[in-house]
Amino acid sequence: MNFAPETSIDIASAVNRATAPSAEPKLKVEKLNFYYGDNHALKNINFDIPEKRVTAMIGPSGCGKSTLLRIFNRMYQLYPGQRAEGKILLDGADLLGKQLDSTVVRSRIGMVFQKPTPFPMSIYDNIAFGVKLHESLGKAAMDERVEWCLRKAAIWEETKDRLHTSALGMSGGQQQRLCIARTIAVRPEVILLDEPTSALDPISTSKIEDLIDELKQEFTIVIVTHNMQQAARCADITSFFYLGELIEVGPSNEIFTNPREARTRDYITGRFG
Amino acid sequence: MDATLSGTQAARSLATAHKPTGRVSDPIFVGLLWGCGIFVLLLLGLIIAMLFEGGLPALREFGISFLWSTAWNPVTERFGAGVMVFGTLFSAIIAVIVALPLSFGIAFFLTEIAPGPFRRPVGVAIQLLAAVPSIIYGMWGFFIVVPLIATYVQPPLIEWLGPIPLIGALFQGPPLGAGMLTAGLILALMILPFITAMFVEVLESVPPMLKESAYGVGATTYEVYRNVSVPYGRTAMVGAIMLGLGRALGETMAVTFVIGNATRMSASLFAPGATIASTIANEFPEASIGSLKLQALLQLGFILFVISFIVLALSRLLVRSRLKG
Repeated sequence: MNFAPETSIDIASAVNRATAPSAEPKLKVEKLNFYYGDNHALKNINFDIPEKRVTAMIGPSGCGKSTLLRIFNRMYQLYPGQRAEGKILLDGADLLGKQLDSTVVRSRIGMVFQKPTPFPMSIYDNIAFGVKLHESLGKAAMDERVEWCLRKAAIWEETKDRLHTSALGMSGGQQQRLCIARTIAVRPEVILLDEPTSALDPISTSKIEDLIDELKQEFTIVIVTHNMQQAARCADITSFFYLGELIEVGPSNEIFTNPREARTRDYITGRFG
Repeated sequence: MDATLSGTQAARSLATAHKPTGRVSDPIFVGLLWGCGIFVLLLLGLIIAMLFEGGLPALREFGISFLWSTAWNPVTERFGAGVMVFGTLFSAIIAVIVALPLSFGIAFFLTEIAPGPFRRPVGVAIQLLAAVPSIIYGMWGFFIVVPLIATYVQPPLIEWLGPIPLIGALFQGPPLGAGMLTAGLILALMILPFITAMFVEVLESVPPMLKESAYGVGATTYEVYRNVSVPYGRTAMVGAIMLGLGRALGETMAVTFVIGNATRMSASLFAPGATIASTIANEFPEASIGSLKLQALLQLGFILFVISFIVLALSRLLVRSRLKG
């Protein structure tokens, strides 16, 4: 008798997930306020990020979008004087709270930065570094993992013959894809991309955008971008931030064709920003 | 006065440029600067030549074996640099071994861990340590550190570690206090601020985004330090260590106070010894002009110069290669 209700709930949630993935947000931001010292950088943000979708955050410089990204993986905690109030639920658990360790949060929520940041070691070790922190794999399993994530990041063909050479000798676009591979290697659930193509040429940029499209099959992706075409091309959902507030969020085609808010319209038509 | 005035006026009227005076004064200025540059080279060249020339008779007398001979007997006039070269390198290496972990710790604490209000006092304290004159370290070492080591450090170490084969050789002899170990410890304190300051500079030059990327895959503070920050600045750090080593090699007064000044070679950390600099400081007043002893001392000075030069050149090379990369 005890089994019946549980099974029905399981089925219900499975059906829910299959039909409407946005029903259960991967990340749920609740009443989030953020301060750089006395500067109130994010004001009462409420925001749902659905699983296995690409969510873009756009807005003029200083609007708080990168700040929010850095709260998701608790990067702000490295710096004294920065503090967050409110909740961010990752699958229902508050990641700002004490129950989750920051290294665990960061392994579940990976991040790729504006500029490629390869570690001063070989291509192979760049990837193995993060994996070794969380898992103890044998040589064969590690080789397999390295190949897996390099393939995922669409850079395997270019690197397979030089895995043990320094990552610093790669081109900027290759380095950035290596950084994405490195992030994927620890098998996170969420990948945060902070203007990942702002330092890259158009060809590298389009490779990364194709990659983002691939990756959303398996990962929840949050991307901060200054490039509105990029948001329109890559993102399922787009959010517009202005002066520390979340102005509007919705499906990308609606935001870009028919925004509800005047400020959003002014920004995407280039009237300010 | 009149002549110069009319001269400049004439120049002014003749010149088409805005500042005719610049035509005269600028070559003078450039010439003076050339003079300054050449002066440095000349000074260094003369010192080297002087040392080499002055010490040449000793080298002729004892041959190339002067470099490693352990004889030092002013009465029979048999001289060799072996004991001093050994003592110089031994004490300097002890100093680096002791100073290195401390420098690493302080530098990383200051750049990563220390809260803002704590950072300044520690940083200033390190700079002040660097400003303490070496004679003060010498007196402090002689009156405070030597007795402490003789009473509390050496007896138990000689008792416990002395009988062990191989390692035991480092812990032999009477607990005199003054000796290689004490000299190395004092030297360590003296080079600590320099190594630390350079380490801090290197660690601060690690791009924050690089460290964040390492934190971003779930690394802890230690893992970021060990795998990213230190490898990033590795070459410059080796350069910093070499600079510290160079300072330790040439340090004179503090070492002369605490090393015991014995011209015997011993593998023991506790045995009194001598460095090139301490030997010169001790024996120079007793060496009469033109004597073989004075020539031997000058030759010692030349050897020290060459050793320091090699270490300094290596450190510059390493620091520069890092800055370029």
